[in-house]
Amino acid sequence: MSTLKEAPGGRASSSPLMGGEVEPTIFEFSHESRRTGAIRNSRIEQVDPKDFLPGDYLRTKKVNLPEVSERDLVAHFMRLTHRQYAVDLGSYPLGSCTMKYNPKLADAVATNPNLSGVHPQTPPSAAQGWIELCVELERYLTEITGMAAATLAPAAGAQGELTGLLIMKAYHKNRGNNKSTILIPDSAHGTNPASVTLAGYKVVTVPSDSRGLVDLEKLRALVNDDVAGIMLTNPNTVGLFEKDIAEIAKAIHDVDGLLYYDGANLNAIVGVARPGDMGFDIVHSNLHKTFATPHGGGGPGSGPVAVVDRLTQFLPGPYPIVVDGVGSWIMPEKSIGRVHSFYGNAVVYARALAFMKALGAEGLKEMSEYAVLNANYLKAKIAPYYPAAYDETCMHEFVVTAAGLKKKYGVRALDVAKTLLDRGYHAPTVYFPLIVEEALMIEPTETESKATLDCLAEILIDIAIEASNEDSSEALKHGPTRTPVSRVDEARAARVLVTTMDAKG
Amino acid sequence: MSSFTPHTSDEVESMLKFMGLTSVEQLYDTIPIALQLRRSLDLPEALSEVEVIDELAAYGKKNRNASIDLVCFAGGGSYDHDIATVTSTLGLRGEFVTAYTPYQPEVAQGVLQAIFEFQTMVSRISGLAITNASLYDGGSALVEAINLACAKTRRSKVVLSEGVNPNWRGVASTFAEGPGHELVTAKVDQEGRTIWPESDSTVAAYVVGYPNFLGFIEDIAAARKLATDSGALLIVAYDPIAISLLKSPGELGADIAIAEGQPLGIPLSYGGPYLGLFSVTMDLVRLLPGRLVGETVDTEDRTSYVTTLRAREQDIRREKASSNVCTNQTLMAVWAAIQMSWWGKEGFYEVGRSSLSSRVYLENRLIEEGLLDRRSPTPTLREFPVRFNKSASDVVEAMVGEGFLAGVALEGANSISNFDGSLLIALTEKRTRSQIDSYVKSLKEVAK
Ligand SMILES: Cc1ncc(COP(=O)(O)O)c(C=O)c1O
Repeated sequence: MSTLKEAPGGRASSSPLMGGEVEPTIFEFSHESRRTGAIRNSRIEQVDPKDFLPGDYLRTKKVNLPEVSERDLVAHFMRLTHRQYAVDLGSYPLGSCTMKYNPKLADAVATNPNLSGVHPQTPPSAAQGWIELCVELERYLTEITGMAAATLAPAAGAQGELTGLLIMKAYHKNRGNNKSTILIPDSAHGTNPASVTLAGYKVVTVPSDSRGLVDLEKLRALVNDDVAGIMLTNPNTVGLFEKDIAEIAKAIHDVDGLLYYDGANLNAIVGVARPGDMGFDIVHSNLHKTFATPHGGGGPGSGPVAVVDRLTQFLPGPYPIVVDGVGSWIMPEKSIGRVHSFYGNAVVYARALAFMKALGAEGLKEMSEYAVLNANYLKAKIAPYYPAAYDETCMHEFVVTAAGLKKKYGVRALDVAKTLLDRGYHAPTVYFPLIVEEALMIEPTETESKATLDCLAEILIDIAIEASNEDSSEALKHGPTRTPVSRVDEARAARVLVTTMDAKG
Repeated sequence: MSSFTPHTSDEVESMLKFMGLTSVEQLYDTIPIALQLRRSLDLPEALSEVEVIDELAAYGKKNRNASIDLVCFAGGGSYDHDIATVTSTLGLRGEFVTAYTPYQPEVAQGVLQAIFEFQTMVSRISGLAITNASLYDGGSALVEAINLACAKTRRSKVVLSEGVNPNWRGVASTFAEGPGHELVTAKVDQEGRTIWPESDSTVAAYVVGYPNFLGFIEDIAAARKLATDSGALLIVAYDPIAISLLKSPGELGADIAIAEGQPLGIPLSYGGPYLGLFSVTMDLVRLLPGRLVGETVDTEDRTSYVTTLRAREQDIRREKASSNVCTNQTLMAVWAAIQMSWWGKEGFYEVGRSSLSSRVYLENRLIEEGLLDRRSPTPTLREFPVRFNKSASDVVEAMVGEGFLAGVALEGANSISNFDGSLLIALTEKRTRSQIDSYVKSLKEVAK
């Protein structure tokens, strides 16, 4: 166990109070005819539905929702919160996800009724504030990415990818070109190849070289007239800057292909370098990563897509503009169409704008610099025990391998991750990217203090030392034990599929 | 914002020293100089918290807010329902708000169990066995339903009723461009019922609204029969509030049921973040898009929850995955689970009945005032179109001046043949007699 006192890094215990007990489902608190909420009295006579709705379609039994008191309801969900780790509790070095602290000021913005209470079908004359807000955020994003214009509509990164690829498709179609493939490095995130298929293209995988970067020669060999474009993350998913990017861009542009930038890793380079200056044509940003909007237990996110000048006519609509002080929504000339039921995750992007305004130009750059500083510091601290997959200065995250621990002591990356949970921190991303054996992908983010990093490093080192000791290594394979539940049986969940209360035998 | 990064200058120095460096810039040596920005971002300087909140509030002041100064009679895929205080209070807890996808189930039982409960409630509403952990919105749920149906049947043509939300149909046609699916629109007649084509064995799915976008309760049995005759799937796009009074899509034979879950406790939010609801029959579970939470046990046999059938998802299947969704709308699913629990069985029914009662009341008032000829022959529940002598968009614009969001103008992108220029009006349990009376009075002035 760590010799550090509790204070440094303030580790969260994962099971405060009653968190160690199994929590019944809300349905088990239910009791027939118990009420929680009363609805408003509209002062209108309540009709009998059967007098106004067709008999064939009238339901005979009420929907079986839980019947609980508000007191039980609150207690239940509060106990669930006690069984949940979160950024608000402590460090969450989940690589690729940029789990930075989410400043609370954005909550005040998100709950402002003049923003959150506006109906999306409100005519522009009564929603000028929202349109202006969109335009200002677009300006921040285009300056940061070095692009000409952006749509805020995509609801997350993956939807941004597909939107961007359809813009690419529209561009080629408009030029009368029928291209069929998209290049993707073997280190890419799963959403990239999935999006390519959904865009109707074929994936051609580009191998990484021994540096962990795109293999330029092999890439050149794969480039031909059939290539519609390439999708890259830069820094890439092993946390390294693709320094050959200018050459890559040239090779792709030479065949009239386009470069797509997966902005999942933008947090490393804000104010330092811009995708537009590297030769990218289409860029999505994950506001829920780089711009500190909270991840919500899995979402919502927001994945705006920015493009260079020659692609703006293809942007999805409705697209917000302000002309002579009057805001409206328009459809760009050759728009690919609508990608969201309304205008995207508006309240999420309002949060992101609040964050950017709070940091300002300098603060945004400092954010990236300290993200990179933290990653390199932690990487250096644990290097003697966890060799980096690639020996190079990393950007905002890095990948180490537990292959040695596995080979020598049978302790896998998964065991390291689970043990970290037991010691009060969230685990890194494991087994991604696929090109690194027993990968642990660590992204501390800029909001963690030196003390937290020291503590994390010490715990990781403890784990490696325990792994090497016969007396303690076995225990690592069976953790965690201090968490609300111990290792869960994933195979059983898939074998005996119970995804609702009603599927229980 | 000084406190966002906690670093003091002596800490930065000691961290650099530990790595044998002297400046932070050195960390960027791997970025070729030619690619570095080497100037300040052309963006405003930092603001304090209160200044940020003020600037965003200034934008807010230029909006008209549906709960305070623009009494809302608009629906069209987004509805102004009352939201319980517990929903927002619990829903803003940091543990729900600042976690991510439950990749480590041992420390994510809170979110996992809340999703399990959400899946149960939505399955009970949709009447289908399997519900996922959410999609982005109603539009993306339609896209995923179309993709699933095409994958299942190995066909690529889908027939959508014109009575399906036009914005969702717009989203579907954008994303159909990728795989090259052919989308065919079946128009609605003067009474708002879909005019379906003959059965066709090349069709992957038929999509019908329930109630449809115009608020009409159509003949779902006919759509089911058509799908069966064609060997196709039936996709039902439903309004979850309507199901408090109506039979579930599952009971009516839907293979896939999709909805915009916003009415279940999610703020209007100018259209997002919302909540795509997605349910399927057990037969289709292996083609389900998105995350799915299942019950299991831990090593001590304690009930636990975990994301399951993961092999469907993009991180494992990559280019062979049938969906690319990763980040979804989990927090909104948690909000909906809390709101549905707060309503409970009785409250949910009352929300539906109150919405229906207000619709009946408003319709009668419009007839009394000569603004509407007759009650429509096709039954409606809480939403219905009305045609005035003026165009609906003019009515909407003029009614803003009277303090009302009068409805959705069925024009331009929202146009539906036979209803072009009509105003689509929606009711919820939030509208009171006095609001409806004032609304009718203003409408009489404005629409005459
Ligand atoms: C490298 C990378 N690309 C794409 C994505 C997908 O983004 P989202 O989850 O917002 O859809 C992620 C998210 O985890 C990612 O890490």
